Amino acid sequence: MILCLVEPGELSQEALTFARRLGPVKAFSVAAGEAYAPGAWAAAIVQLVERDSPSAVVAAASDRGSEVLAHVASRLDLPLAANCVSADAGNPMTVVRQRWGGSLLEEATLAGPVKLLTVAPHALPAEAGDEEVETFTPELTEDDLRVRVVRREEPAAGAISLGDARVVVGGGRGVGSADGFAVLQQLADALGGAVGGSRVVTNLGWRPHADQIGQTGLRIGPDLYIACGISGAIQHWVGCKGAKKILAINKDKNAPIVQRADYAVIGDLHEIVPAIVAALLGSAR
Amino acid sequence: MKILVCVKRVPETGARISLTPDAQAVDDTYLGHAISPHEECAVEEALRLAAAHGGSTTVLTLGPPAAAEQLRNALAMGIDAAVLLETDGSDWEPQATAAAIADAVRDGGYNLLLFGNESADSGGYQVGIRVAYTLGLPVMTGAKGIEVANGVATVRREAGGGWEILEAALPAVITVREGINLPRYPSLPGRLKAKKAEVVTSAPEARPGGLRKVRLSVPQEASTPVVVLGEGAAAAPRVVEVLRAAGIT
Repeated sequence: MILCLVEPGELSQEALTFARRLGPVKAFSVAAGEAYAPGAWAAAIVQLVERDSPSAVVAAASDRGSEVLAHVASRLDLPLAANCVSADAGNPMTVVRQRWGGSLLEEATLAGPVKLLTVAPHALPAEAGDEEVETFTPELTEDDLRVRVVRREEPAAGAISLGDARVVVGGGRGVGSADGFAVLQQLADALGGAVGGSRVVTNLGWRPHADQIGQTGLRIGPDLYIACGISGAIQHWVGCKGAKKILAINKDKNAPIVQRADYAVIGDLHEIVPAIVAALLGSAR
Repeated sequence: MKILVCVKRVPETGARISLTPDAQAVDDTYLGHAISPHEECAVEEALRLAAAHGGSTTVLTLGPPAAAEQLRNALAMGIDAAVLLETDGSDWEPQATAAAIADAVRDGGYNLLLFGNESADSGGYQVGIRVAYTLGLPVMTGAKGIEVANGVATVRREAGGGWEILEAALPAVITVREGINLPRYPSLPGRLKAKKAEVVTSAPEARPGGLRKVRLSVPQEASTPVVVLGEGAAAAPRVVEVLRAAGIT
């Protein structure tokens, strides 16, 4: 039996899909108080492992899933395979996991009485299932609550987060300046999407680091990614390749992002993006 | 305050990654090496915290003899001391890495142990957390802001478009994300000093771990040829058509 941690969001649906390929799945979520404490979530999973003796515990490689399973691995002194894209049910288990943010794959063996795995985001399609999700309430010690969220700052009301947006407009060095992002924002607004940027852009301070799409930033999986003035280095590509469709707007028809995109428009983004915005607004009337 | 920062030497990859013939490693024959990005920010954060609160900074890595280069880079940025846990260059899995680091720093009297949230190459998301558990310390991950006051560290990290704020009493382990700061460039005097600085070296035994690399591969990507919708602003109507056909607008 495979235990699978379920949190809100698409990544957990991907993790469930992954888990089903290993065996019968028992899905669970954790109720451990209002304030998130990684130790409390880890305690919950350790208690579930004792109760159910699963062959594996699977979670999405979200920030929370990655953190919680590393806590569990530390508590049980078990190995943990992070960012897996596939696994077989053998013992030791053979897993394929992402390295370099997904630009390399590693085939590895994973030992231990309970296999701990996190599932790489946007590496496999989420398939619908009919598991009931058990809400598990752990018994906690003071030690489990030693580190917990003491305060949250919620995103601005109405803001579309980059991780959840169905359309993302990304800008790179070609945008030219912080001000240059205004037209990208107009395009995102016209499509109900969000704006992000490459590592160059966040390192130059044109956008806050929270907006970075890439290996050291966010890995996104929108329906459409519009890459404006981005060459498509590996660092960025691994962050955006989860998009279902990619439209590249670039001066250089030989740029890696253009070669790997579904659609491309060749030319100056400063002319093309406003023209698309005008065409969208015009056609909406 | 005594601060330790753990870093990893990784090749600086470009637009393509190629592998060694035995598929065990990235072919770095023609590549430079650097401190993994999150960890470079951890080095910078250690320097800023030491400057604000006083104290000393130590950089540690586990890696081949050549990893002394990354230690010297950190020394050139301003770190006070360097520790190399020397390996034969083979990949150590996370349990072995964490055990060796915990052994090396257990008696170091550190108030704060900084790691990167995950390494650029292996991306295991666990060494810092394992070290914390081995040493019985609290751990906070994904830090994009760290403040220390009255023996308590406060961490800010991104969560679902907003922020989570966590606290823990020192000594503590914190894993850092790029974006917490912009790392400084080493100064010329820093470089000269780092050249001559001592790197305290030891060669730990690898404890057995349960995650074993078999081989690496470059993923095959389904490549459908790109559809060029046109050139310049004249392509805009075609773009809107395609967006509409895809159900985007």
